[in-house]
Amino acid sequence: MGIEDIIPLLNSSVRFAVPLLLACLAGLYSERSGIVDIGLEGKMLGAAFAAAAVAALSGNVWYGMLAAIFVSVCMSMIHAIASINLRGNQVISGVALNFLALGGTVFIGHSIFKRGGTTPNLSKDERIGPIDLPFAAEIGQVPVIGPIYEQLISGHSIIVYFAFAAVPITAWVLMKTRFGLRLRAVGENPKALDTAGISVFLLRYQALIITGVLCGVAGAYLSTSQGANFSENMTAGRGFIALAALIFAKWKPWNALWTCLLFGVLSAAQIRLQGVEFPLIGEVPVQFIQALPYVLTVVLLAGFIGRAVPPKAVGQPYVKER
Amino acid sequence: MVENQIRNTQQPSRAAEIVPAIDLKGVSKSFGPVQANKDINLTVKRNSIHGIVGENGAGKSTLMSILYGFYKADAGDIFVHGKKVQIKDSSHALDLGIGMVHQHFMLVENFTVLENIILGAEGDPLLAASKAAAREELARLAKDYGLNVDPDAIIEDLSVGQEQRVEILKALYRGADVLILDEPTGVLTPTEADQLFRILEQLRDEGKTIILITHKLREIMAITDTVSVMRRGTMVGTVATKDTSPDKLAEMMVGRHVLLKVEKTAAQPGEKVLEVDGLSVTDDIGVPRVKNVSFDVRAGEIVGIAGVAGNGQSQLLEAISGMFNPLLGEIRINGKKIKFDGDGVADEVRRMGLAHVPEDRHKMGLVTTFEEWENSMLGYDDDQKFGNGPFLSVKAAREDAIKRIEMFDIRPQNPRLKTANFSGGNQQKIVLAREMDRDLDILIVGQPTRGVDIGAIEFIHKQIIKLRDEGKAVLLVSVELDEVRSLSDRVLVMFDGEIVTELAPTASEKEFGLAMAGLDPAQQ
Amino acid sequence: MSARQPLPSWALNVLMPAMNVLLALIVGGLAVAMIGENPIQAMQVLAYGAFGSGYGLGFTLHYATSLTFTGLAVAVAFHSGLFNIGGEGQAYVAGLGAIMMALWLDHTHWVFVLVGATVGAMTLGALWAAIPGYLQAKRGSHIVITTIMFNFIASALMSYMLAQVITNPGSNAETRTIAETGRIPLLSEYFEFFKHSPVNIMLFFGVVALIGVYILLWRTKLGFKIRTLGQNPEAARYAGISAVSIIVIAMAISGALAGMMAVNEAVSVQKRLVVGYVQGFGFIGIAVAFMGRAHPVGIVLAAILFGALYQGGSELAFVMPAVPSELVVVIQALVILFSGAMDEMFKPVLERVFGAFRSKPQADKAAEIEEA
Repeated sequence: MGIEDIIPLLNSSVRFAVPLLLACLAGLYSERSGIVDIGLEGKMLGAAFAAAAVAALSGNVWYGMLAAIFVSVCMSMIHAIASINLRGNQVISGVALNFLALGGTVFIGHSIFKRGGTTPNLSKDERIGPIDLPFAAEIGQVPVIGPIYEQLISGHSIIVYFAFAAVPITAWVLMKTRFGLRLRAVGENPKALDTAGISVFLLRYQALIITGVLCGVAGAYLSTSQGANFSENMTAGRGFIALAALIFAKWKPWNALWTCLLFGVLSAAQIRLQGVEFPLIGEVPVQFIQALPYVLTVVLLAGFIGRAVPPKAVGQPYVKER
Repeated sequence: MVENQIRNTQQPSRAAEIVPAIDLKGVSKSFGPVQANKDINLTVKRNSIHGIVGENGAGKSTLMSILYGFYKADAGDIFVHGKKVQIKDSSHALDLGIGMVHQHFMLVENFTVLENIILGAEGDPLLAASKAAAREELARLAKDYGLNVDPDAIIEDLSVGQEQRVEILKALYRGADVLILDEPTGVLTPTEADQLFRILEQLRDEGKTIILITHKLREIMAITDTVSVMRRGTMVGTVATKDTSPDKLAEMMVGRHVLLKVEKTAAQPGEKVLEVDGLSVTDDIGVPRVKNVSFDVRAGEIVGIAGVAGNGQSQLLEAISGMFNPLLGEIRINGKKIKFDGDGVADEVRRMGLAHVPEDRHKMGLVTTFEEWENSMLGYDDDQKFGNGPFLSVKAAREDAIKRIEMFDIRPQNPRLKTANFSGGNQQKIVLAREMDRDLDILIVGQPTRGVDIGAIEFIHKQIIKLRDEGKAVLLVSVELDEVRSLSDRVLVMFDGEIVTELAPTASEKEFGLAMAGLDPAQQ
Repeated sequence: MSARQPLPSWALNVLMPAMNVLLALIVGGLAVAMIGENPIQAMQVLAYGAFGSGYGLGFTLHYATSLTFTGLAVAVAFHSGLFNIGGEGQAYVAGLGAIMMALWLDHTHWVFVLVGATVGAMTLGALWAAIPGYLQAKRGSHIVITTIMFNFIASALMSYMLAQVITNPGSNAETRTIAETGRIPLLSEYFEFFKHSPVNIMLFFGVVALIGVYILLWRTKLGFKIRTLGQNPEAARYAGISAVSIIVIAMAISGALAGMMAVNEAVSVQKRLVVGYVQGFGFIGIAVAFMGRAHPVGIVLAAILFGALYQGGSELAFVMPAVPSELVVVIQALVILFSGAMDEMFKPVLERVFGAFRSKPQADKAAEIEEA
């Protein structure tokens, strides 16, 4: 396998990894603030629909992006009301949001477009297209580094670069800013924050808004950048893989990047490994590779390889008065 | 801002000397049907250490939480430095210069000391500047008050005493000039407590006002200038410490002379029932809690274990009752060794003849959401009398519960009532009735009268003595030294996981004090 | 201001769930109105489709049977303090056990198929749930996450099995059909009333499961231990209850119950196992359990409600084609949201209302009990 084989593989890995990474970071903000988010999947799905539908109706993909973020943030706020104000069960709220997105997208999509849940195909101009980095063609001539720059690093949509930039930004926000310090504290010991005179509610709301925005971008990527329309249940469990990745990354941004890339490579390899005979083990069923991220997460959670300790206060509603 | 306030307190104006730091007038607060504070008046002078004493549940912590803005009072006025204020929340209290060190520390365990100190008082949206400023300020505070803590240490790695210092530093960093400490010594070793007292005195001398909440009279006498006594949600009175005595304070606390002398005859020790041999227990996170402990308890005697809370008593009880696997050593009941294999050993230990009244009835002794009759069989549901085979006879269980209710005078006499709706004393009686009214050889009992009213205390003490007189063995653990001394026939003193000495209950208070501080009385 | 009063149990367990469902229906109705259709008519069609004919009722009861199993599964785990959201995967994997037994026995008699498939389904369902239970109890892996992961692992495993191992040659990822002799009869073969609806003998198994779970939880010593562990794990440790074994047992029972759905749906009705046959019923079981307050009486009512939504939804698609049948999914989502996660929404209001209505002496008496 030469570099000309590896680059396309890595390229498709990146495409698989980007929505995971965005959703994973979205989950990171939520869970670091102490709110479990099973509803990443639903938020992404709702956003994917909103992006494709609004882009199709308006002809402007950026309106689609705004709509995606709006829908995702609204869903995140429902989660916030349920889990912060009403101290409800955060897992159930997430499950409900997933169903709401599953049914709601098709319900509305069918009503508007009469195509049984899918949205019309977007033309090239109505999608978020690839951008070429400076001198891509020129540097492309240089051996080894050239093709990597031209084909792997350059030529992705702006969302891809945004997703990768979100990793160091998140790391910086968490460790170097006041908001990050408080966010980490509220997920570990909300009472410490409350007694220091900081509103636990407000902080968790802020975190969930960020979660909503990131899920919105992830959804828009699926339907207007990677794909060209919305189809029923198009997220297909990505929100849950992102959740797995978040645990695998031990709730840390840089780890999230590596984990999502690993899961991306697994997804990309899955297609290529179909029917390939390995020495000793023979043909690996494609379903095995599909299941691998989940199996790895279970193994990690069970503490067989390292230990994943979630933020201490995660999942517990904060009750001030006794 | 921090600088300003410190300057203010160091040069108190004449008005400030007259105007009290804190003045509460007619403060009341209820939680549902429970009135925690009734019409409280309290005046705290500047530059003083003001103690607030009262039994558990007297309303001290609630009152201070109101002052700190954590709860809102239902009625009454609060004056801080003579100005009437409505304390909206904790940050407002901090702005007014009121800082609080909670009983349970409000620290983020996986943060550094520095991060904990700036949390909520960062100033800048970026941390770099505030961290640098805090580091400098910490160095200054360390120098001024002898409050040394490594700013880069992770909280999890610190001792309890050091964590408490971080809490104090947090308050000082926020410019507190009135510092409230809620039961600060409950978790400290005697040495750590002494260090704390020195720090508090230094703080007072540098111009701070300290409010110390405690239920330990010794501390009040040792360190405070003024003391206020609370009882059942009301303020009984305020006196200068030098004009009072522990006896008088105790009387104010409970409302009448407490007869802690329990009527009992000399013990008639018989066979060894419980033998503990070289027992060592390490807790979940690997900290050694019980270190090579050996002792035994005979039939017909009460052996007490005295010590400051947190010196390994809880872990000792858990190991003996089969709830926690010890690291080393052996425990025998009637000569039979307890086999620790997996969880659920407590059940086998029960069948060996041990009954266990746990230290914390809410945490483990009861399922408060269950009806009373269900708690009346907790741990014994496998008994034949509660139904054959896998089935549970609800009728038999309820009848059994009614029998116990009558025997221990549990009120209200309703086995169908949810356990949470019984008062603390009656809840404790539910546990005692369950554990004591059966064919047992040894009773181990932790904090038998914690949070229990006076009437119930006498009843509970009598029951324990009665059990001894019936020839049963009793192991009693209590942090109330008076309780241990008045009930026990022999007293073992625990310090830092070890049994440091055995004393007769008649030994002097000083001897006990030294032993509980880990010092050998013989060498002093 | 009138004081808040703790709600009487009928308000808590009947009134509040009813208000939650009503709210979900109202919001669903608004959605229908939004797309320009008549919500009243839609709700009528929904109700008639579900209950208006023997045929419709048969479908409703059939769905309700599956949901009773998955709902009870969530409830049993919940009483032990665990949140099993893996009913979906457990029912799916159980389908393998059910169909393998059924295909093995299908040329004998349907009674053997029924018994064999039930045993097979319960065994594999129990196993698939006991593993996350064990990992929680022994290794501390959070059961919510592990069961989610197990849903996906189940999905991959089953598509592998159906595509490669027990597949029916020539068809796409499904098993062969159960032979005529081994088919479990539908109730319509005995009662003309049900027409050709899929309701079958498993309906009675559902009733048995409801009663069985009640007896298990409130009339056996195991149930007492399960509830103790769920309500206060420290008290369970104190009482000498082995948390590890109770967790594994409770999860196994939970998985076995979820697995029963396979017999009802795959073996009895579809008569073969197809990819993704569970169709979200495992997840809806969460809603059924929460709406039903984890009590068999509540669960049966909630299961009928959700079953009616399914059946009424497909009828709706026929009568009012402009209303997408996904309306039902939306209503289900709203019921889950309101009754599961936003349960406290009406509570403060109701507490005030009850506080205002309750007579003074009664309130005093309540306070006295607290004091005593």
